[in-house]
Amino acid sequence: MHIPDGFLDPDAAAAAAVVSVGVVGYSLRRAEHELDERRVPLLGVTAAFVFAVQMLNFPVAGGTSGHLLGAALAAILLGPWLACLVMTVVITSQAFVFADGGISALGANVLNMGIIGALGVGYLMVWARHVLPRTRAGFLAIVAGGSWLAVMVGATATSLELALSGTVPLGTVLPAMLGVHALIGIGEAVITVAAVAAVMVSRPDLLTVRGLGRRAGAAPAVGGAA
Amino acid sequence: MSRRLFLALALAVAVALAFAASPYASSSPDGLERVATDKGFVERGKLHKAQHHSPIANYAFPGIDDPRLATGVAGFVGTLGVFAVGYGVARAARRTRT
Repeated sequence: MHIPDGFLDPDAAAAAAVVSVGVVGYSLRRAEHELDERRVPLLGVTAAFVFAVQMLNFPVAGGTSGHLLGAALAAILLGPWLACLVMTVVITSQAFVFADGGISALGANVLNMGIIGALGVGYLMVWARHVLPRTRAGFLAIVAGGSWLAVMVGATATSLELALSGTVPLGTVLPAMLGVHALIGIGEAVITVAAVAAVMVSRPDLLTVRGLGRRAGAAPAVGGAA
Repeated sequence: MSRRLFLALALAVAVALAFAASPYASSSPDGLERVATDKGFVERGKLHKAQHHSPIANYAFPGIDDPRLATGVAGFVGTLGVFAVGYGVARAARRTRT
């Protein structure tokens, strides 16, 4: 879902960039309090994992591929604000080193693939944790639904930016984007659930941010701790 | 499993996936590219001036003839590089507290 330069008009790209710079700046301030010593390497490893798995495009229908975005996964591991930093590190590296995603579109890409999923869906998952059964299955259902939703909301934001830029009418781009990303989102959900389940059985204490994982770590039948 | 061992294993899994699996990933256009092609705006996409000399453009490490190996090495280097950047950003953000 990386937008290259040329798809967005300068106004839309600049507006998205302003939002992203503001959120990332605030995330850095939050990080001063949320980053304990243990989470410093975890942030690096999460960014590395998201980058690596983003390279693994899987086929979906009709000669199209998709790949993990990873914002929901990062939010589950590190909380919404640190996840914004993870996604910014990944997407910025991709733009400047790998020519993947535009430079003037960087703010839009960080917003669509990172911030919206990490913050919007991240906090939605925290809320869902309070209202759904606090079992391991309930938690993994939230993980699956949240990661699928993060892809769909990102596709919606991308469509809106393209339409506001006058690139393509919203009525044309939105159904097409949602249709293909509904499938890609299933891949996102499968990968995210697998990764979270692997963490749950080996180091459930790593899922400890903002009430999301603390309860997961305390959920029954989570073996292999310590 | 100790925390340090877990993190080392997770990083090793990431590096291994990027090195060994990425050469076999689908090369079909992704969702946005597909929509851009179908709806006729894909030709608007272009590289930014700053990307004309990207160090590892298109995830192909320069100077390696075999395309699969070039992708694998790009994944290997990229994953470790992103780890270093993420670690550095986290370390710097934490330091500003004092």
